[in-house]
Amino acid sequence: MNLLRRKFLKTATFVGAAVTVGTGVLVPQRALAAYAKAAFEAKDVSGALTASMGSDQHSASDAIKLKAPDIAENGAVVPVTVSSTMGNVEAISIVATGNNQPLTSTYALTPACEPFVSTRIKMGKTSDVIAVVKADGKLYSTTKEVKVTIGGCGG
Amino acid sequence: MASIKIRAKAKDGITTVKSLMSHPMETGLRKDSKTGEKIPAHHITEVTAEHNGNLVMTANWGGAISKNPYLSFKFKGGAAGDKIKISWVDNMGKSDSAEAAVK
Repeated sequence: MNLLRRKFLKTATFVGAAVTVGTGVLVPQRALAAYAKAAFEAKDVSGALTASMGSDQHSASDAIKLKAPDIAENGAVVPVTVSSTMGNVEAISIVATGNNQPLTSTYALTPACEPFVSTRIKMGKTSDVIAVVKADGKLYSTTKEVKVTIGGCGG
Repeated sequence: MASIKIRAKAKDGITTVKSLMSHPMETGLRKDSKTGEKIPAHHITEVTAEHNGNLVMTANWGGAISKNPYLSFKFKGGAAGDKIKISWVDNMGKSDSAEAAVK
């Protein structure tokens, strides 16, 4: 019962965030990129994407390149690079599905930007890393599994 | 306090910017091994990048970005001598910014 209640509260927060994003359309770019706290606190991937990118519907695309190690010896520093050959890329999100809070980061790109972002993320355990790219208002993604070895010595 | 290092290089009409920031990036989920108490979250929430005063990119970060974050991005245009400014704000309200010239 308690769990259900939590889930309801969480959903309510997302709806709230979605409304905020919706009203932001009329305000210039800066407001659109306002910090989506709910997105980062979301405990599941679809919640995180809905709050950060406006939808959790994304289709796999070959036009996105996700560079990440096959095996990360140190989960605290996993280099991730996302690039794309698509035009009109508005935003990029990087999600680590196994993390307690899956959304690691979101990048709002202006038209001057090349669709390229590189950073280092933390991963709690072996899981998929999803790069979600928003182009022409639609979401596309590429997924890669990264194995995290806790001992830090391979194997 | 200059906590940001920036390298920017223009080549073939595209400028590549690489930056390193020094920040603890606490997730707020980690526990102190001695006291068992949670270490409060302390991480960068927003990074903005400007090229000659024009906004190029805004990054929103959670606690899952590594300690002393690295960020690289590219934008069209830019020439040697142009100013790149990177600023961050963290969840405790602290902020910092640094400026560098494109090489």
